[in-house]
Amino acid sequence: MTDIAHDRIKAEITENAVVLYMKGTPVFPQCGFSARVVQILTHVGVPFKGVNVLADAEIRDGIKNFSNWPTIPQLYVKGEFVGGCDIISEMFQAGELQSLLAESGVEVKAGA
Amino acid sequence: MAMDAAEIEALIKSALPDAIVTIEDLAGDGDHYAATVVSGAFKGISRVKQHQIVYAALQGRMGGALHALALQTSAPD
Repeated sequence: MTDIAHDRIKAEITENAVVLYMKGTPVFPQCGFSARVVQILTHVGVPFKGVNVLADAEIRDGIKNFSNWPTIPQLYVKGEFVGGCDIISEMFQAGELQSLLAESGVEVKAGA
Repeated sequence: MAMDAAEIEALIKSALPDAIVTIEDLAGDGDHYAATVVSGAFKGISRVKQHQIVYAALQGRMGGALHALALQTSAPD
C-alpha cells in the first residue's frame, strides 16, 4: 500500500466518527453486502460518511491492507475498524452495534 | 473463479485442526458460500480477529477466487 493511501484513510477515519468503505454510494449501493450495512446504519439512525471504493482504486486496495481485511464493506467507528457485513449484521441483531455507538459517544437519531 | 466447499473446509481445518466447519453453497454456483466455524482458538478474542484467522487460513482466496463467504465464528460452549 502506498503511504498516500494509508494517510488518506487515516485522515478520513479520524475526521469522521463513522465511516463506511463500500461499493457504490449510500444512495446507490452497488453490492448486496454494502447495501445491507447501509440499511443497518440507516435503521440505527447514525450519520455516516460513505466512501465509494469503486471510484478510487488506490483506496480500494489500500483499505484491505489497512485493516488486514480482504473484503468490502468495512465499517470504522472513531478510527477503529469494527467489521464487515457479517459482523455488523451480528452486532446489530445482538444490540451490540447500538451499544458500541453509544459508548463511542456517537449521536444517533432518537426513536430509530 | 469458483471454489469447492471441500477445499474451503480443508483450508480452514489445516489452520484450525479442532474446528467444526459447516459450509453451505448458497447459490449453487460454487461462488457464494456461508460458513460456520467453531473452534477453541476463538475463545476470548474479538469477532474481527476470529474472522481474520479464517481469512488467513484461506490464503488470500477470500475476495479473489472466493467472492462471497458469509462467515459466522464462535468458540465451543
